[in-house]
Amino acid sequence: MDIERLRYMANQIARNLAAQGEEAAVAGTAQHIRDFWDPRMKAAILADTLNNLDPIAQAAIKRL
Amino acid sequence: MGYEPQTDFGTPESRSDVAVTLTIDGRAVTVPAGTSVMRAAAECGGQIPKLCATDSVKAFGSCRMCLIEVDGMRGTPASCTTPVGEGMVVHTQTPRLQKLRKGVMELYISDHPLDCLTCSANNDCELQDTAAQVGLRDVRFGYDGANHLGAELDTSNPYFDFDPSKCIACSRCVRACDEVQGTLALTIDGRGFASKVSAGQAGDDFLSSECVSCGACVQACPTATLQEKAVKEIGKPERSVVTTCAYCGVGCTFRAEMRGEQLVRMVPWKDGKANRGHSCVKGRFAWGYANHQDRINQPMIRESVDDPWRVVSWEEALSYTANKLNAIKAAHGPRALGGITSSRCTNEEVWLVQKLIRSGFGSNNVDTCARVCHSPTGYGLSKTFGTSAGTQDFDSVMDADVVIVIGANPTDGHPVFASRLKRRLRQGAKLIVIDPRRIDLVRSPHIEADYHLPLQPGTNVAVLTAIAHTIVTEGLADEAFIKERCDRDEYQDWAAFVSQERHSPETLEPVTRVPAADLRAAARLYATGGNGAIYYGLGVTEHSQGSSTVMSIANLAMATGNIGRRGVGVNPLRGQNNVQGSCDMGSFPHELPGYRHISGAEVRASFEADWGVTLDAEPGLRIPNMLDAALDGSFRAIYIQGEDILQSDPNTHHVAAGLKAMELVIVHDLFLNETANYAHVFLPGSTFLEKTGTFTNAERRIQMVRKVMEPANGYADWEVTQELAKAMGLGWHYTDTGEIMDEIARLTPSFAGVSHARLEAEGSLQWPVNAANPDGSPIMHVDGFVRGKGKFMVTDYVPTDEKTGPRYPLLLTTGRVLSQYNVGAQTRRTGNNVWHQEDVLEMHPLDAENRGLKDGDWTRLASRTGETTLRVTVTDRVAPGVVYTTFHHPATQANVVTTEYSDWATNCPEYKVTAVQVLPSNGPTDWQESYASWSERSRRIAVLEPAE
Repeated sequence: MDIERLRYMANQIARNLAAQGEEAAVAGTAQHIRDFWDPRMKAAILADTLNNLDPIAQAAIKRL
Repeated sequence: MGYEPQTDFGTPESRSDVAVTLTIDGRAVTVPAGTSVMRAAAECGGQIPKLCATDSVKAFGSCRMCLIEVDGMRGTPASCTTPVGEGMVVHTQTPRLQKLRKGVMELYISDHPLDCLTCSANNDCELQDTAAQVGLRDVRFGYDGANHLGAELDTSNPYFDFDPSKCIACSRCVRACDEVQGTLALTIDGRGFASKVSAGQAGDDFLSSECVSCGACVQACPTATLQEKAVKEIGKPERSVVTTCAYCGVGCTFRAEMRGEQLVRMVPWKDGKANRGHSCVKGRFAWGYANHQDRINQPMIRESVDDPWRVVSWEEALSYTANKLNAIKAAHGPRALGGITSSRCTNEEVWLVQKLIRSGFGSNNVDTCARVCHSPTGYGLSKTFGTSAGTQDFDSVMDADVVIVIGANPTDGHPVFASRLKRRLRQGAKLIVIDPRRIDLVRSPHIEADYHLPLQPGTNVAVLTAIAHTIVTEGLADEAFIKERCDRDEYQDWAAFVSQERHSPETLEPVTRVPAADLRAAARLYATGGNGAIYYGLGVTEHSQGSSTVMSIANLAMATGNIGRRGVGVNPLRGQNNVQGSCDMGSFPHELPGYRHISGAEVRASFEADWGVTLDAEPGLRIPNMLDAALDGSFRAIYIQGEDILQSDPNTHHVAAGLKAMELVIVHDLFLNETANYAHVFLPGSTFLEKTGTFTNAERRIQMVRKVMEPANGYADWEVTQELAKAMGLGWHYTDTGEIMDEIARLTPSFAGVSHARLEAEGSLQWPVNAANPDGSPIMHVDGFVRGKGKFMVTDYVPTDEKTGPRYPLLLTTGRVLSQYNVGAQTRRTGNNVWHQEDVLEMHPLDAENRGLKDGDWTRLASRTGETTLRVTVTDRVAPGVVYTTFHHPATQANVVTTEYSDWATNCPEYKVTAVQVLPSNGPTDWQESYASWSERSRRIAVLEPAE
């Protein structure tokens, strides 16, 4: 999978949930990825270094 | 069944609850108060002669044929304009009336061609019938006086002719245009003997006038003055079948009127609850694609997309395809396979395709065109209300007091609903339009929006949050509704959020470009103006914040208590005929039919038990993810039914690359569409006229689609999918689509009470149809939200990453026009091309002048993803800095320009915001030239050598 695109998607989800507060945004981003991403997409983002992700997205990926 | 037109009751139905009993020709009749005597007589089987009356328009009282006598009343009033009264005693057939009617009829006939035997309306002409009814035997005035018999025929419209020599100036066409369609394109020009029906201004013919070819005038005409060309060419229909239109999500029902195996005309069915007897140019007239020479009716295969197609038998095609699918599955696993269901096909066909993918391919890699249109609606309304659908029926708009239309252009996209909306607006309802373009609803005859908020594309959430800010901070929220129906804590969090000064209309004005005073006034009107209804379209969903915008809309409806009764609600105007149904039927990769997440073990178990398979518990790939996965080699085969993703999906180069990377692309369609250029298997499809099943429209209304002719390829689409499943080793044995609906009802709670038998008996049903709602649900969330308490969602404005700059200084937004539909595969193969032969680029005069462009010039439209050329139309419908085009024509390929940016929650493409540059051009782009050449090469079909 195109990791750049997956990073972008994760960051975009996090940015749109950020207004709900940090904890809710992290939980929401993680749940969104669980609910809507195909296994190979999840595997690719989990295998990626998290350095290119926003803090909320980083925290969310760690919860997957 | 023989041919009979639908009964014409002469005047519209009265909705009064008060019953009135009267006597007509000695028979007691009870009807609602406000009913005309003419209609009361017709309802009990009587026939009062009439010419200027028809039940689609208000009584006019001009033809003097429907005269009656009423005991105790002087004179002979017109029955069409005389309301019933309690105890009234009416006589419709007396010697006095007969004499009067005969005299009037003599005058009509003295100026009418006596060519009945060769007239195309022979035996289908109300003038002819009425002359017989009144017993006309001769015309005392002769035929030699002044007359209109030499009036010139107008054949300009592609679908109907106007023959003024046969006109009796009854005004039915003019009134139908006014009252039913709401375009007001027709008038009676002149006075007295010089009176004549006229379209548009002096010098106009029908084609050059404002006429939108809805056909209401043709339907209303009692003679052959306005008549379909097809009737002239083929003859009078001899039977009819009621079916459902295969164009937009309004779901109009029609009588397909047939002569033998030939469709003569489509006449809107007056009992249709979605369209109430009306139609648009597409549904009524644009069905010629069904028999177009471009249709491919034999299966074809090829090893490589560089090869010509090879026509094969159904057996060979299905076995080749199944073997390939099974081989790829064995080599790369089930998740390497997937498919796309069609929102143009029936619920039953969609059901089978998603079932084949889940149970046969073994993956959840199923998606549908809603991915690129209303997937944010499914997400947003599910989060806030608990269901992925609109809340109202179309009739509800007649009870609305304030209507917000945001990101929708109903007069073009959903014209039959637009006519209903315009009728309500003419009655006095207020209108707020939120759209970057000055759509027709902003100002058209007898319609003017109270507020037009011409926002900057991409700022929907900012505008809606500013409206929410105004409502909350000015104390206009419906606290009682919120307290009773919504989660209080979530409301308070949301209210605190929107009340922040950064969300005020004044603070956001530089971002939205909407004057703060207008925005505040519009917010106050929506919150305090009575029943407030919001209608929205793809201008809401096709953004990077599409889902946030849908949730913002739901927040507004809850905050103002505008949910759960007639006249209010949140109403997505769905695009394709069965896009609601295709979503209901489990076309999304993360959920099973009925919007239940695939991870739910109990739900999954119910399907596994019924289907006898084990289902993948993980979500599958969405369309854009499938294309990405194809490029990395992990997705290798796709079955695409009735969808042309190469033309409709964003960033055409990326779509083409993804398709080209796949081992097996199966296209199941009517035509060799653009996607088929990259296909290895072509399975011929069938039209809506060739199959039986159901469509579900934007108001969740499930309606029957009925076969009126045999499939040209030999099989309905559901049969082809079943044969493919069998070839893959699945033991399917459906004998008709009713059995498929029974399975749908068995496994989908919201469809639990639906069956073909019930639909045949009741006409239509609106889901949910279940134990709690045995007769369906015209209005949702009446006593409580489906999810329990309504959920306010905090939705912050997050600007799109698509930015204008020196290189790409303009914002492109895309849409569609009335006469064309989606990628144009159907409408481009009809007479509708006369109105829209090519995609054009709308540009504001200032931007055009800056670039030295004038109306009709060729331009090069470029973004960071690609470029194309098309002609420019200079218009102030668009704001400076914004350009607009459509995506109906493959020669333009507007989606070469659109980007991969998409909605954060659903990946619905951001079609409405692309940074572009527009410059003069003198020829097609390299892409257009190379694609045209590739397309031609790819469509080659090998000529079979005769056997020796």
